[in-house]
Amino acid sequence: MAIELFRIDDRLIHGQVVVGWGQPLDLTFIVLVDDEVASSEWEQELYRMGVPPEMEVHFHTVDSAAANLAEYQRDERRGALLTGDIETMARLVELTGAIARVNLGGIHHRTGRTQRLRYIFLAPEEEKSLRALAARGVEVSAQDVPAARPLALTEVLSGDGNR
Amino acid sequence: MSESNAGAPRALVAGHGDFATGLVSAVGQITGRGDAFVTLSNRDMSAADVERAMREQVDTRGITVIFTDLPAGSCTMAARRLQRERPATVLVTGTNLATLLDFVFHTDVSAIEAALHAADKGRASLVATGGAPSGH
Repeated sequence: MAIELFRIDDRLIHGQVVVGWGQPLDLTFIVLVDDEVASSEWEQELYRMGVPPEMEVHFHTVDSAAANLAEYQRDERRGALLTGDIETMARLVELTGAIARVNLGGIHHRTGRTQRLRYIFLAPEEEKSLRALAARGVEVSAQDVPAARPLALTEVLSGDGNR
Repeated sequence: MSESNAGAPRALVAGHGDFATGLVSAVGQITGRGDAFVTLSNRDMSAADVERAMREQVDTRGITVIFTDLPAGSCTMAARRLQRERPATVLVTGTNLATLLDFVFHTDVSAIEAALHAADKGRASLVATGGAPSGH
């Protein structure tokens, strides 16, 4: 049980997460890790409105998420942890050393990024961060929805996932 | 308050995949009034991109009504962000065909009033029937 999905997705809470992953994984809580959202009541309310009433959402800064991760991992229910960017997830991995797998769910186009998959665009420093995560033993793969084939980081970076 | 700007889009329909174009296509087929809407898909777009595209549509066309699909969808999130700046804007989530059909036929009231009426109509149209065990 505990946290079933550690996902990087710049949309944070949205349909793919709440329904696409939420239904098959039977997710009952989401841990949203974002320093900006954690400091804004309005942003938190916005994301709360997006989830069904039976699903809990917990908001954390990176530091407080790291401090509380072990507790979430002991939860008998299933949850997902979301970050909006690679850097936030990398900091969380660094602080906790307790994240074995990271899902790339949506990192969209922005100036300076190169397309790797339909839903994954990476800047050189982001690619470097992902390689560093993999080098420390974290299994990094891209998979937007459960029905899609997960693509290993090597496939993502080589562009093989587009073939 | 009525609006006499016939033929101009009165609302934005936004959602996942071809949700918006599909529904608006159905409205067009049934009523010939698909031009009451502009559409937006969030396919392969970041949250910021969705918000930017929605803002452009709303600002360019003076739209005050936004219909979306899922409450958790990125289109709904973007619409709520716009609503913060424009509290009079109406957002209808869980939009279905009955909602849009009702909306296009209420041109004698403001788009906002029509949207509120249409939301009630759409909600009431969702009905499940049957389901009796076989043999009964």
